[in-house]
Amino acid sequence: MFAYYLGLALRSLRRSPGLTALMMLAIGFGVAGSMTTYAVFRGVSGDPIPWKSAQLFVPQIDAWGPVQMSGPGARSGTNEPPDALTYADAMALIHDHRGSRQSAIYAVGPTVLPTGTGHSPIPVFGFAVYDEFFPLVDVPFRYGSGWSADDDTQGAPVVVISDTLNQQVFGGANSVGRSLDLDGRDYRVIGVMKPWNPQPMFFDVVDTGGFSSDGPALFLPLQRAIASGMENVGAVNCPKGTQPGAGYAGLQQSACVWLAYMVELDDAAAVQRYRQYLDDYARSQQTIGRFGWPPNNRLRDLRGFLEYQHVVPDDTRVSLLVALGLLLVCLVNTAGLLLAKFLRRSGEIGVRRALGASRRAIHAQYLTEAAVIGVGGGALGLLLTGIGVFGVNRMLPPRLADLAQIDPSLLALTLLVAVLAAVLAGVYPAFRAARVLPAWQLKTH
Amino acid sequence: MSLHPVISALRRHKAGVVLIVLQIALTLAIVCNAIFLIQQRIERASRPTGAVEDGLIRISQTWFGAPSGDDAAAIEKLDAMQRADLATLRALPDVQDAAASTSMPLQGMIYSGNLSLNPQQSGLNVTAAYYYGDERLRPTLGVRLVAGRDFKVDEILHHGISGDAVSPVVIVSQPVADKLFPQGDALGKTIYQDGKPAAIVGIVERLQTPTTQAWGSSWDYNSVLEPVRLDGASASYALRARPGREQAVMREARKALLAVNPLRVMPESWGIQSLSQIRAKIYRADHAMALLMTVICVILLGVTAAGIVGLTSFWVGQRRKQIGVRRALGARKADIVRYFQVENLLIAGVGVVLGALLAALLNLWLMAHYAMPRLPPAYLLVGVLAVLALGQFAVWGPARRASHVPPVVATRAT
Repeated sequence: MFAYYLGLALRSLRRSPGLTALMMLAIGFGVAGSMTTYAVFRGVSGDPIPWKSAQLFVPQIDAWGPVQMSGPGARSGTNEPPDALTYADAMALIHDHRGSRQSAIYAVGPTVLPTGTGHSPIPVFGFAVYDEFFPLVDVPFRYGSGWSADDDTQGAPVVVISDTLNQQVFGGANSVGRSLDLDGRDYRVIGVMKPWNPQPMFFDVVDTGGFSSDGPALFLPLQRAIASGMENVGAVNCPKGTQPGAGYAGLQQSACVWLAYMVELDDAAAVQRYRQYLDDYARSQQTIGRFGWPPNNRLRDLRGFLEYQHVVPDDTRVSLLVALGLLLVCLVNTAGLLLAKFLRRSGEIGVRRALGASRRAIHAQYLTEAAVIGVGGGALGLLLTGIGVFGVNRMLPPRLADLAQIDPSLLALTLLVAVLAAVLAGVYPAFRAARVLPAWQLKTH
Repeated sequence: MSLHPVISALRRHKAGVVLIVLQIALTLAIVCNAIFLIQQRIERASRPTGAVEDGLIRISQTWFGAPSGDDAAAIEKLDAMQRADLATLRALPDVQDAAASTSMPLQGMIYSGNLSLNPQQSGLNVTAAYYYGDERLRPTLGVRLVAGRDFKVDEILHHGISGDAVSPVVIVSQPVADKLFPQGDALGKTIYQDGKPAAIVGIVERLQTPTTQAWGSSWDYNSVLEPVRLDGASASYALRARPGREQAVMREARKALLAVNPLRVMPESWGIQSLSQIRAKIYRADHAMALLMTVICVILLGVTAAGIVGLTSFWVGQRRKQIGVRRALGARKADIVRYFQVENLLIAGVGVVLGALLAALLNLWLMAHYAMPRLPPAYLLVGVLAVLALGQFAVWGPARRASHVPPVVATRAT
């Protein structure tokens, strides 16, 4: 039966090529507009670590008190604590070690001087972290591994480097054990990562804004980075009207926040205990007079924190919304045109009904016709989505554009949305067509 | 011409009419808000910085193996390196002016602090960006001095990146002066920068802060020029090229600096860039958003126009007989065209009323969720007129075709 309806649909569409083209164009453009913006949205709003994001938490401790602040790092007019931690608080949390794994994190920008002559210095971007960082966020290793807790306490000069940096400096060989010159100091390579560039860069969105076109080039022990005075390239935000003192010593003693922090908590009970711990900690700081206010902490899970940080740009959401509006208009448009097309053939419907076709059959026939239009529109939509994603990639800043990708799932979705939209648009017109009275049609024609 | 026959004819096509009305309403609502969004993006991306942007260049570089630490010897060494760089840059034939400059409007690298009128920082408080640089910074940027004077050479201090010495003199932007001294007598007064006193010796007309991020938008033109060369492993400079020599200066400066000291990092991507490059980069997302919205608006209007054409054509086809009868009874071609025009105006009229309501609701929702400002009524008005005109334009073809239906159709059986 379906083959018969398909034949009828094709014949009917051929009979009014103008109207058919119009409907296919509407569906095609509507679907392409939505899919292009969806491709961007999907790129920026993905969960960077889906298997673990529910166990990762970001603690925030109010080290500033109820001051108004319009700078970065705190929300003016809200009671939200700063986005990052002070050195004192981060070290207390590391020391107390109440989660199963945890790390303080800050961004560094050292310069690598490759050995041998003729190599120019390479500026790189990386992070100073603790040993537990690697299992915490499941960093994939090609060679070697992360460092040990002892390396952290001793401030050992070790470094984990990216696949790219390993290519640049060591030609891609297993470089574990070799030495690397960072800012004129020698470090020992202890691990080489596989290509790894999670988007968003969830472990330090405050410093990275969430997205970067290159992944982190290296990781080194946090205490080592501080001891060697390696430049902190992350944001330093201070309570209103204060500036940190000179150098790392000044930063470490200041109330400025500059450390990201992440902790792994395995179940709801652990989360509850950790909240309690944070409050107890803040209260102890209140007792010794460091905080002049009651505990005001937050413990958001990773997805909650990314949401709070507006890591998905508002622009992307608004444009997705507008594109969905476009799809809706195209749907309504197609419904109107299908209605016109189907009712124009009332005579034909009358004959088919009189010859014994049931309402169901008429229904099926016209929904098939709508679906054929959907397939046509979808094919056009695929082409236009391709052009759209290509165009967006050229227009958007590179750090966002790389995320909009065409892949089989996007193509399948495009076709599916097109067919669904067309069938949905065809429901009412098909219903109307099926209600055509055969006797009336036969009499008037 | 009476509306009655038009309305009673439309009653027989309820579903089609409802769909077209809905489509027009949705189109109007979306297009109004999208165009408002586009306009905001364009306005944001074309704000003047206050600097003369043409010919302005920023150099940002890091010495490799520079002395680290905050001791006086290291800072003196770094300052000497910075002064040597500046002397080299000033000697270039195509360079009109050069200055030490930590920051540049739009570029992103920002120092900021809190300004107030007493050391306790009570009462009036203003957040502002600090531009650290030397006596040539204001002229190099091309920012207009509207009161007072420039820094003198002997007022220029230098200290480490996070040293806490503060200059006793500053130049502030007009918005800072206006906010702290609403009476307009800022010149010569003392302000407190994070609690430390400084006298205002000059006022510049306008200088945008280095950030375009949302957190800085409430103080986007609050800037202070500080007569301080900051000494660190990285140093940044502002250059003013002679007219038309921007590209040449960018090439020459790289060569000259590497000749002074080859051990420095100055990548192609951000080491030396003109302010126009910085502007293009920073507002790229805004331009992309504006373009995407424009494309979507064009598609929307096109689809809606096509829908009107399609549906009206269908109605014309259905009413051939009635049209023939009217023509046979003496209606002129113009009357037939007018009939369809009036019909469209009626449908579109209902659509735009509904659409205006929807547009306002959508705007309210966007205001609540995405910090969008209120949609000015002018947008609605223009949108309404544009959609009505679009309807008339779309109905023109089918209506003309209808007017060509010959009166003889009235006499035929079907």
